[in-house]
Amino acid sequence: MIRLLRTLGHLTVDGIWQVGFATRFLFAMLRHSGPSFARFSLTIRELYFSGVLSLVIIVVSGAFVGMVLGLQGYDTLQRFGSESALGSIVALSLLRELGPVVAALLFASRAGSAVTAEIGLMKATEQLTAMDMMAVNPLARVVAPRFWGGVLSMPLLAAIFSTVGVIGGWFIGVVVIGVDNGTFWSQMANSVDFREDVVNGVIKSFVFGWAVSLIAVFQGYDCTPTAEGVSRAITKTVVYSSLMVLALDFILTSFMYIVK
Amino acid sequence: MNRAILDLWVGAFVALGFVALMFLAMQVANVSEEGTRGETITLHARFEDIGGLKVKAPVKSAGVVVGRVTAIRFDSNTYQAEVEMKVSAVYPFPRDTIASILTSGLLGEQYIGLAAGADSEMLKDGDRIEMTQSALVLEKLIGQFLFNKAAEGGSK
Amino acid sequence: MTTNPDSADPVVELRGVDAGYGERLILSGIDFSVRRGQLVAVMGGSGSGKTTLLRLVSGQLRARKGSVRVFGESMERISEKELYALRRRMGMLFQFGALFTDLSVFDNVAFPLREHTDLPESMIRDLVLLKLNAVGLRGAATLMPSELSGGMARRVALARSVALDPELIMYDEPFAGLDPISLGVIGQAIRKLNDALGAASILVTHDVVESLAIVDYVYLVSQGKIVAQGTPDEVRASADPFVHQFIHAEADGPVPFHYPAPSIEKSLFLEAEAQP
Repeated sequence: MIRLLRTLGHLTVDGIWQVGFATRFLFAMLRHSGPSFARFSLTIRELYFSGVLSLVIIVVSGAFVGMVLGLQGYDTLQRFGSESALGSIVALSLLRELGPVVAALLFASRAGSAVTAEIGLMKATEQLTAMDMMAVNPLARVVAPRFWGGVLSMPLLAAIFSTVGVIGGWFIGVVVIGVDNGTFWSQMANSVDFREDVVNGVIKSFVFGWAVSLIAVFQGYDCTPTAEGVSRAITKTVVYSSLMVLALDFILTSFMYIVK
Repeated sequence: MNRAILDLWVGAFVALGFVALMFLAMQVANVSEEGTRGETITLHARFEDIGGLKVKAPVKSAGVVVGRVTAIRFDSNTYQAEVEMKVSAVYPFPRDTIASILTSGLLGEQYIGLAAGADSEMLKDGDRIEMTQSALVLEKLIGQFLFNKAAEGGSK
Repeated sequence: MTTNPDSADPVVELRGVDAGYGERLILSGIDFSVRRGQLVAVMGGSGSGKTTLLRLVSGQLRARKGSVRVFGESMERISEKELYALRRRMGMLFQFGALFTDLSVFDNVAFPLREHTDLPESMIRDLVLLKLNAVGLRGAATLMPSELSGGMARRVALARSVALDPELIMYDEPFAGLDPISLGVIGQAIRKLNDALGAASILVTHDVVESLAIVDYVYLVSQGKIVAQGTPDEVRASADPFVHQFIHAEADGPVPFHYPAPSIEKSLFLEAEAQP
């Protein structure tokens, strides 16, 4: 019993310590973010690695998610004779939830883990210390550009995901099943609100971008500088950022659509 | 990686992202509001009960979207709902047009239906549609139905 | 054989320094100095605190007690900005080179120049090729670090650490894991660079033969203390049992072969008792 309590206490203290450390890390990084924008080529490089290289997985997954939504949505809706609402179902699911959330989960496992691995390996091979010894702050030169690259890519990736998804849903619904093209788009346009759905989706993906990028760079920077430590840090990045995205999604959704 | 190629890729990526956002805004959310594109006139109407009508609900005539609801207020003098709508100026309606609140399908969204009258004068910007028909509220209908049944049973 | 005889105008000076991590004390009562133009070796077994000494000098670690002065500046209450200003005058070669794996050899050597100077690209190119030439790798400028052998990577890292012509160069185990030929090449390069730049150098190593051949002065560290010091000849001739064991690589001596443990008879007997 006492051991159980002690374990619980240990976990709590450890958790709080980690959160505090991550917060301090975030502020230190923001303070050293000047070069990421003054020398924007640093950030452009990271936009390439986290944004452009994630495009394939985002586009392919978006297309499949949209097509599945088309099939499932049609199957359910036709039982109530409201196939005409297919466009709304597909667009609303993608814009409000699936676009930001699934894109963020994919982003965490594709780009987040890569960033953690890169920073972790640089730490393990003393590249970060070497940089520090050359009077170049690794927070400013290595960490901050990767963070901002992630933050900037995420909303764009989520928008691309949703768009491809809508097209995928349209393909199944209109081209394959034969729902009327005009009904599909007009129903969609009638029920989707720009402020309520599109902007909220972008806000969500922006917040997810912050969360995933922070976790990725923090885990890389904080890892034990050994091969084992780096691999553990990558696992942590994927697990923590997935959980964080889902938890944040719940919180944001309740503020955006329920609490008013 | 060559700097120029890198810039090109990132540029393409950012452009693609913005195209996607534009697509979502224009095609999916339809910011341009079809049916109220171009010149519009504002019309008012009072309803006893608007049911589940919401701002931005379509205004249709013969099933075609001709405008949108822009505001819904409660008038404490008449205890009625005051609805403001913007209707395309391309379609003029006679002064004795009837506005009713209808439902698309059994459980669908509610919209305002305009049934044109025969007056030779047309509605102008800021005019009021005098003849209105309230929404059919399902609970009221069922209540009425049950009441009638009970009354029938009692009279037998 | 008590103090460094050339300790007038020292670049690095430690007086009565204690240092450690967390609750562990790694170094205690360290007196240490390096003069301009001098190449000093710090030798000792693994885990004796040699690397910690370098971390103190480079400002990665603060001393618990005593004073650390580098270029005459006290390191105890130095700000981040002042520390970075000092570090621009230092170069450090890491154990495995620590080259930036995403940059080519050329860009690695150019890195400190690009970060700290506004030199035009043509001048940076000339400087980088000169530095690479000094370590014999001008032809490898376009290679990536993954394409280099261990010895070549170490030489590139050496070129990078002296890119800004530092006044103090630190070497952390520069000989670790090198074949005899590369080892000789690096050793000669270290000596040559030190003399050419007129810099002060600290060489942390446990490679006795190679370092005694090139250095001016030696500190021997064991269990967090400086146990002996002197010129290479003095150290070689020393009668001190520890120095003798270390220099001549004997398995047993003042540093025991066995990690402290109960006697083997007792361990085996207990084992036998546990399994009747």
